[in-house]
Amino acid sequence: MSKHEWPLYEVFIRSKSGLSHRHAGSVHAADDEMALTNARDTYTRRKEGVSIWVVRSDQIVASDPAETSAFFEPAEDKIYRHPTFYEIPDEVENL
Amino acid sequence: MYTQGLDQAGKSDAAGAETKQQLEAFQARIDTEEKIEAKDWMPEAYRRTLIRQISQHAHSEIIGMQPEGNWLTRAPTLKRKAILLAKVQDEAGHGLYLYSAAETLGISRDQMVADLLSGKAKYSSIFNYPTLTWADIGAIGWLVDGAAIMNQIPLCRCSYGPYSRAMIRICKEESFHQRQGYEIMLTLARGTDEQKAMAQDALNRFWWPSLMMFGPSDAASKHSAQSMAWKIKRFSNDELRQKFIDVTVPQAEYLGLTVPDDKLRFNEETGHYEHSDIDWQEFFDVISGNGPCNEQRMAKRRKAQDDGAWVREAAKAYAAKKLAEEAA
Repeated sequence: MSKHEWPLYEVFIRSKSGLSHRHAGSVHAADDEMALTNARDTYTRRKEGVSIWVVRSDQIVASDPAETSAFFEPAEDKIYRHPTFYEIPDEVENL
Repeated sequence: MYTQGLDQAGKSDAAGAETKQQLEAFQARIDTEEKIEAKDWMPEAYRRTLIRQISQHAHSEIIGMQPEGNWLTRAPTLKRKAILLAKVQDEAGHGLYLYSAAETLGISRDQMVADLLSGKAKYSSIFNYPTLTWADIGAIGWLVDGAAIMNQIPLCRCSYGPYSRAMIRICKEESFHQRQGYEIMLTLARGTDEQKAMAQDALNRFWWPSLMMFGPSDAASKHSAQSMAWKIKRFSNDELRQKFIDVTVPQAEYLGLTVPDDKLRFNEETGHYEHSDIDWQEFFDVISGNGPCNEQRMAKRRKAQDDGAWVREAAKAYAAKKLAEEAA
């Protein structure tokens, strides 16, 4: 039955100018245009957005949760990337 | 609008493939309040329990449009009509948020719809009761949505991320539903004797079915423990039901209406209301298909699905044609 199903789109909404788009959920639609209007009707009935992005779910490339630790491992041991790594005497100000 | 305590943990037939180590690591994540996300490893029984609960919840929202839709053309004023229309549209939206959350667990939308239409999947017992008068729309908003909120607020903290996020969105909207319902009751309660009687009659008919929305009593709810351990559920059916009664009885008193329970009394010591036993036979009858409106609800849903088939096909054909034109 799912062969007949309209494709799935992920919906991203910018709630107001100055903020980034954020994932809201998904909708089914026959085409891109319908995906936008369906997303509007489903996720912004109370003015939750000023801009919507929709993208076919099968077009999203995602990292694999099973590989999370290996994938993010390179950042694991680089604490010197954080400002608190450096010891500065209290007398020195504005730093 | 609502989820009922019908959730049952799936059979653990797939458990053989799941190692003790995996299960312990999963439980450890749950215990530290980490959220589980769509593609994360999870026990099959957790997945199945969630699919069952979320889809059942989604179906309830969709079927729940019918008893209220019944009054759209007969709402007493244009304002009431516009409000009811917005509410019914919200129910559709809630169904869609939830179908979307359930799909992240690997079940297709079509499969869920098929399960509803074949009767394999259940929906809340409350929507199998008729809406006979306009006051029923008030009672549904006040009591049914009120019970739903009580049930759903803890679900905002559910361990499964997509479900929890859908519930947060839904809870924000439910508050409008409950307040508009109470306002209808208030208007009727302050009206003529006939209007007040209509409000009382609606309370009489919806009180007990609303209490049943919390699902079977804890003693009879055998699968709750696993859902609690997985933090899908945070409070037991009876705990939530008691909370609902405690907050709702004073609201009924304010309306000047009488809760239809002659054993209802406030226990000063416990700080809770005591109530009569619930007629669980009625609950199980309605759940198993013998409520006043089960057949009507399903027939209408199936007809809507069939009547919409050509639209779905036409939209697909149009999309394919446009794509072909762009490619040419």
